[in-house]
Amino acid sequence: MTHLIKISGWGNYPQQDAQLLAPSSSESLEEIARQENSFIARGMGRSYGDSANAPKVLQTIYIDRFIKFDEVTGKLTAEAGITLREILRVIVPKGWFLPVTPGTSYVTLGGAIASDVHGKNHHIAGTFGKHVISLTILLGTGEVITISPHDHADLFHATCGGMGLTGVIISATIQLFPIRSSFINQKTIKVDCIETACEAFNNNSNASYSVAWIDCLSKRKSLGRSVLVLGEHAEQGELEIDFKQRVFIPFATPSALLNSLTMKAFNNAYWHKSKHNKNQTISMMSYFYPLDAVGGWNNLYGKQGFLQFQCVLPKIDGIANMRKLLTEISKSGEGSLLAVLKQFGASNDNLLSFPTEGYTLALDFKLISSTLQTLGRLEEMVIDMGGRIYLTKDAVMKEKTFKTTYPNWEKFEAVREKYGAIGKFSSSQSKRLGLA
Amino acid sequence: MKRVLIIGATSAIAEHCARIWAAKGDALYLVARNDQRVQTIAADLKIRGASDVKTYCIDLNDIEKHDELLDKADDALSSVDIVLIAHGTLSNQKESELSVMKTFAEIQTNAMSTISLLTLIANRFEAKKNGTICVISSVAGDRGRASNYVYGSSKAMVSTFTSGLRQRLYKSNVAVVTIKPGFVDTPMTSDFKKGFLWAKPNDVAAKILKAIDSKSAEVYVPAFWWLIMRAIAMLPSKIFNKMKL
Repeated sequence: MTHLIKISGWGNYPQQDAQLLAPSSSESLEEIARQENSFIARGMGRSYGDSANAPKVLQTIYIDRFIKFDEVTGKLTAEAGITLREILRVIVPKGWFLPVTPGTSYVTLGGAIASDVHGKNHHIAGTFGKHVISLTILLGTGEVITISPHDHADLFHATCGGMGLTGVIISATIQLFPIRSSFINQKTIKVDCIETACEAFNNNSNASYSVAWIDCLSKRKSLGRSVLVLGEHAEQGELEIDFKQRVFIPFATPSALLNSLTMKAFNNAYWHKSKHNKNQTISMMSYFYPLDAVGGWNNLYGKQGFLQFQCVLPKIDGIANMRKLLTEISKSGEGSLLAVLKQFGASNDNLLSFPTEGYTLALDFKLISSTLQTLGRLEEMVIDMGGRIYLTKDAVMKEKTFKTTYPNWEKFEAVREKYGAIGKFSSSQSKRLGLA
Repeated sequence: MKRVLIIGATSAIAEHCARIWAAKGDALYLVARNDQRVQTIAADLKIRGASDVKTYCIDLNDIEKHDELLDKADDALSSVDIVLIAHGTLSNQKESELSVMKTFAEIQTNAMSTISLLTLIANRFEAKKNGTICVISSVAGDRGRASNYVYGSSKAMVSTFTSGLRQRLYKSNVAVVTIKPGFVDTPMTSDFKKGFLWAKPNDVAAKILKAIDSKSAEVYVPAFWWLIMRAIAMLPSKIFNKMKL
């Protein structure tokens, strides 16, 4: 008896009828993974596009136990399906934090590794994979092995950022980051265009955390006006965790609510509300995960869903290129409520990892008839500028674009071949991008 | 600190209840059939903050061993404050229809073993004049339906039994809490299409703990199931029999 369930990524596009395999223990997960073929592991389904879509998906969310936590050294081992949110509940009161965190705590440990996620401290801390001491993975051969940067290094560097295509991550050990308080000293800097925004990133490269909200609808002189938000862990204050979900949007709202007028109004309000050179102390949860307070915010984009576009442009000519890209986005008038700009640090050895030194821009596009064309134009521009698009956000990239902008894809395929992953693990995305 | 005995500790609902108790620093005694799985859960609960976690392996259909199990739990926790009974199987209705033995086996697991435990625990708690017994029954027990009446009638027996037990133990300061969960999103139900009627096990667990703390009698989780089940129970047979439920 096989029921098909409709699944999709966080963008609610594209949707897919899938068979859900949902083991409740790591033993049954291994057993199922050995029997099945052509499937992909799926955690919280928070990648935006079709990275975790396939006709058959192996849900890891019930494999979510802590295995070991050394409160003295900050080494944590847990099953891959545990969410970062659950990890925070336990580690923050003990004076530890995640070494790298994406903008939502609703992702699994396995997903964070497979996407090699980055955070507001990328320029200092690198990606999530850098803090993985070791991980246990089930291979296409059925074998379960533990790998690290020193042991099966080729597989390790293919797995961090490998979108689940090298095997099923079963558990991982990570090195946590020590904190003295669960508060962040935040400083906001207002800059009136893209050039000054990039300059502000350069001038504040010693800040532990930095990110900018960028207005993608403003034009000409104020194109790229931004509010740069810097953060440092506070030295004093309690170690407490405050997870309050203030609002919940249970189902798709009429997408007409988000139109160019309301988005412009929102962006204007955000700009005028923000104060230049303002210092304040806020909780880590509201600093790192502001959108987690609005459950189901993806439903605001309506039934059709939305696409997120995140690219990185190399530092050389990066500012001029970013202006070109923003001009194109502004012209389309489709840019969204919350666009984010950040300066990345150096790239790493992981074969499909996204970040490279330069500037990254992320924004949502409500799915309307012209969206795919707009994204197609942006994609071409990114290729010409020597940049690339983040696989975790992608739902539409062309095979050619992927193979041009991720030059290590052939090495990645060779590692998959070597460890028996080909034919065993595949997603809608991997098929679209021409991976075997 | 509370001392909690959890029977059927590897069930998703029980595990999420245990996580809440663990975060509060309570002491837990976990009873389950599969040793490897319960050990994994025990390690997890310690990290989540449980002051003590011990485990015991038993096939609960082995009713003769129930007394020994309760002795062991009493020794380990030096007296039990709360018992959560959560074991069971979601039986295959079609298979049961074709086999008397299969039907009896389902009733054995979902009703008889629970009633054995309840009888023994009730006498112990009645003697010491305190304690809370919480049993996971089901909305399926409120009216037998073609799709799962073997499971449903087992749960009906549990619900009716606990109702009587609650009345008996009232004067002994022992609370009996009957939980009737609706649809819960667990590995056991991963094959079902999920709509707005489905609840997450952590939310269900939070409501169960609230019911235990306030010594409620019978609680539908989430609460709107009370309304749904009243409506189903009141349907005239003429209409009910034609429905697919």
